[in-house]
Order: sequence, then C-alpha cells, then structure tokens
Amino acid sequence: MTGFGAAPIVDIKVDLTSTKDRERRPFLSNVKIDLTKNYELYLLIVPALIYFLLFQYYPMYGVQIAFRDFIPTKGFWKSEWVGFEHFQRFFRSYHFWILIKNTLGISVFQLIVGFPMPIVLALMLNEVRHKGLKKFVQTVTYAPHFISVVVLVGMLITVLAPRNGLANQFVRLFGGKSINFMAKPAWFKPLYVLSGVWQHTGWSAIIYLAALSGISPTLYEAAKMDGATKLQKIWHIDIPGILPTAIILLILNCGRIMSVGFQKVFLMQNDLNMISSNVISTYVYRSGLLRAEFSFATAVGLFNAIINFILLLCVNAVAKRASETSLW
Amino acid sequence: MVTARSLSRIKQTGKDQAFDVLNYLFLGIVTISVLYPLIYVMSASVSSPEAVYQGRVWLLPVDFTLEGYRRIFHNTSIWRGYRNSIYYTVLGTTINLVMTLAAAYALSRKEFYARKFFTVIFVFTMFFSGGLIPTYLLVKSLGLLDSVWAMVLPNALAMWNLIITRTYFQTNIPDDLRDAALIDGCGNIKFLVRIVIPLSKPIIAVLILFYGVGHWNEYFNALIYLSDREMHPLQLVLRGILIQSQMVEDMFSGETVVELAQMQKIAELIKYGVIIVASVPLLVLYPFLQRYFVKGIIIGSLKG
Repeated sequence: MTGFGAAPIVDIKVDLTSTKDRERRPFLSNVKIDLTKNYELYLLIVPALIYFLLFQYYPMYGVQIAFRDFIPTKGFWKSEWVGFEHFQRFFRSYHFWILIKNTLGISVFQLIVGFPMPIVLALMLNEVRHKGLKKFVQTVTYAPHFISVVVLVGMLITVLAPRNGLANQFVRLFGGKSINFMAKPAWFKPLYVLSGVWQHTGWSAIIYLAALSGISPTLYEAAKMDGATKLQKIWHIDIPGILPTAIILLILNCGRIMSVGFQKVFLMQNDLNMISSNVISTYVYRSGLLRAEFSFATAVGLFNAIINFILLLCVNAVAKRASETSLW
Repeated sequence: MVTARSLSRIKQTGKDQAFDVLNYLFLGIVTISVLYPLIYVMSASVSSPEAVYQGRVWLLPVDFTLEGYRRIFHNTSIWRGYRNSIYYTVLGTTINLVMTLAAAYALSRKEFYARKFFTVIFVFTMFFSGGLIPTYLLVKSLGLLDSVWAMVLPNALAMWNLIITRTYFQTNIPDDLRDAALIDGCGNIKFLVRIVIPLSKPIIAVLILFYGVGHWNEYFNALIYLSDREMHPLQLVLRGILIQSQMVEDMFSGETVVELAQMQKIAELIKYGVIIVASVPLLVLYPFLQRYFVKGIIIGSLKG
C-alpha cells in the first residue's frame, strides 16, 4: 500500500528442497518436533508473524464488509449481510466506466512508455567505457528516485504554473499562449507518466545493469573474434541476457496494472482534471474515508484487487509457457 | 596491404564510432533533462521574487536573495514537521530493523521446518491485500488514530526488504560458521546478535536507507491517521504549502504592510525554497549512500 523500499522484484521463489528429509507426518506434528529443537527460530519469527496476521491478514478478513452493510458500532461480524449489492451498485454507477478507462489508460500508457526506458538506458550505459562518465550519469539519473511524491507533485505544479512556471516561459518563448497544464484533463495522463519516467528510469535501470554485468565475458570475446559491431553485440548478447529479468518485471508490472500509483494521482488531482484523473483507488479513498461509505468502498477496492490478482496469474502462466520464466 | 579481414574491421570500427557518438548524445540528453528541473528549482529559490515572476530565471539565479529561505526558517509548522518526521523516521526504522533482521534470519535457516510455510504466507501479501478501508478500520479499532504508532506499526515490515535480507544471510553467512557456533553451545539468538549482525553491516545499511527514505517521504498514512496538526510530518506540511497553496500566516507576520501582489510573488518563491529544504537531507546523504542503495538492489535480484 505504501512505497516502502524498492519495487518488489524477482526472487520470490520458495526453496522446496530443505524439507525433503522430513518424515511424512502431518505438518503440525512436524512443527511440534521442530519447536523443541529450534524454538529460538520460532521466537524470532513471532514479531513478523504477528505483523502479517494483524496488519495484512486481518484486513483481508475484514474485506467481508464488502458483502455487508457495515455499521462501525456493530463491527465486522454483526453488520447485516447484503451479498453483491455494493458491487452491483458500483457496476451500474455512472463512474464505473470512467474509472476503468482512466485506470487502464494510465497504467497501459505507463507500461508502454515506462517499461522499455530503463532497459534502453541500461543497454546504453553498459556501452560506456569511461568510468567517471558512467558514474556521473548514474548518480544524476538515480537521484530523483528519492524525491518524495509530495515534492515531485509540488515541483510539477510550480514548474507548470500557468502564469510564471518554467514550462510556460518556454511556451511563450516560442510564441505560444500559456497553458494551464494541471487544469487540462488531456494533459493529466502524459504528465503523470512522463514525470514518472523522469523520476524512476535511472533507478529501474540498476537491475538491468546488474543483469548485464552477470553476462559471461567469453560471449563478448567470441563476438569480437567474429567481428560483431556494438549494435550486434547488444542485439545478440545483451538483450537475450537480460530477457529473464525483463520478463519477471513485466509480469509484476502487469499484476499491478489496475493499481495506479494512488499517492501521486491523488496529489495531482483537482476539480478541473477530475474527468481524466479519477481512478479506482482515489475513488475508494473519497467514497470510503471522506464519505464514510465503508462497505461500498471496500467492495470497489476488492474488485480492483481481484482483477489485479487474476491478471498476475494470467500473465505469469503465459510467460511460463512462452519463455519458461515465471514467478513460481 | 589491405586484406578483406582488416577491411571488415575498419567498417566495424566505423559503425562502432557512429554508435558511440549517438550513445553519448543520448546519455547527454537524458542527463540534462534529469538535471535541468532540479537546477532550475534551486536557482529559482534564491532569485528575486520579481525575476521568478517575470520569467527571467532560466538556469542560474537572477538577483540573488535569501528572502524565501528567511521566511521558511521563521515558519514554525515547517520546523515542527521536520521534528515529527525525524521522530517517525527514527522510531519506525528501528522497529523495521529489529523485525526484519529477526524474521530474515529465521527464514534463512535451512533446518527451520516451518520456513516454507511462513515464506508462502508472507509472500502472498505482496500480491493481495485487504485494501485501504479494512486497514483503516483496523487501525481505528486498535485505538491508534492520532498516535505515533499509526505512523510506524502499519509499515512495521516490508516484504521486499525481508527477502533481500534473507538472501543476504543465505549467501553471506556460511553454514560452517553456524555449525561451529552451535557445537560451542551458542544458540540461534546469540549467534544472530553476536555474529550474524556484526557481519551484516552492508545489508543493515541498505535496510536503514530503504526504510528510512520510506518513512521520511511518507504522507498518506499521516493524512488518514493523524488529524492533529501538531503531529503532522514534514511531507503533510509540504502538501499544504506546495499543493494546496496554503500560505501559513506566520510567514507574513511581523510585516508592516505587505502588498497583496508582493505577497503572492514571495509565496511562489517560498514554494521553490520549500522543495529544496525538504530534499536537503536526502541530497546531502545521497552521494555517500548511493553504493549501498545499488548494492541492495543487486542483492535483491540474486536468486536465493
């Protein structure tokens, strides 16, 4: 939900081999035996377990209010059961198709523009032989990643301000008329996506650079003997080398296609651009927390989460078939 | 003497030179387009309000002044936000560290029978969650609203950081070391505290940085959980100034008569200054910490 750490990438494979020597007993009785032997390990995992149960699984259990008429005084349990009423209300609502269109529009745009950029940057950086220069470009392009989303949107608003923003200085320099960027619905999606590219391309390139540095030097030597040009080396060695990484990232990105970066959209929203900036997650916030329609907002959020999860499973299955690279 | 082979070599280097030229051009454009807005904001924050207003600032400061910063430094809500943010960041990161190191160590031990079970139930939360409203209702029913705990407990652990730490332990702490310690009668907890943690400075640096930046940049939890203005972190104060254009009155107090137009111009200047002030801690630390950030990403991309 919040932007902690980097984007979750790669390696969530579970090691299956370590338990193969256990006897075939029910899980719990094995745990009991293990508890006496390794009780300290269980002690160490308890804080994390409590965290996940309380702050991750309990809200999942609370999702049932999507099917109830939640009344805070009655709690999750005792509120009246209403089935799919909230979902139906959402599907029939005037906002439904606008929200779907905006949410998908922003994510697909972001995927098409934002996904290839770090790959291109990494491939190009990888060809730079001058160490200092490479380091300099990396330092500069990583830096915006650490700017907070509030400051980023603040920068957007000031730099794009209609009267005295930098962008409009340029517009006027070339004889145009000032544009009120933040108030024009048509500008919302490009601004959202391009500011994201500006902020995160350098950082996202790191993982590809790491993959490139793992490619065996013998491949390049062989290519050199065969008289390959740099472009040919990129095409025949570099790109196949980073393909598995790219596929994993693509799968994860597709799994998030319906969850647009809520925090940034929310900050960039105003009454004038709402028609193209209202997405499912901001709608959940407004109807749930501002208008206190807890059940309805939970239903909308659940719908979103399920679509995401199904998308992730589908893309993962396709990737598994096509390339033998997958999350699990 | 020109052979066919050396001809092709010449052709090849010619193509490579063209490629290099285009590549440097590309990287030059990328670097400039990342750097330019940052330099502009910095310059605008120390230029005279008139120069910014009339659009005379393009790259370097015009009519240098520290007027904007003077007003920012007299603003109590920014200072309070700063203090709150530091508090939430230090407390939150400490909790994060303890929880992450403990759980990651347990998950890194091969003899831990329930390891697979825990990994699966933890990883599942990366792909599915209860969502905003049930989480909010939970925090509310726990009585955490308007308390510091609302800022640190819902983010007490990040799955991604848990994974990279576990991977680090698996690849950097030799099994032999563990076995030797065990034979000497050293238990797992003692081994973790006395031996593993001192050997894990790089990953601890990575964790402090990832978690710390996360807490420092956090605004949304504060927005929904904290209604008391006294408790607002810096990012929420910034949101007021930068995005909702709330100019805090005390920035203009103590003035005799300030014309409205002049006030608006200074208000713009303050926005640029605030962007810089908010980013200073990271801008100062960033060059030193860069290698750790990068290391963290690379550890995380290893298959463990």
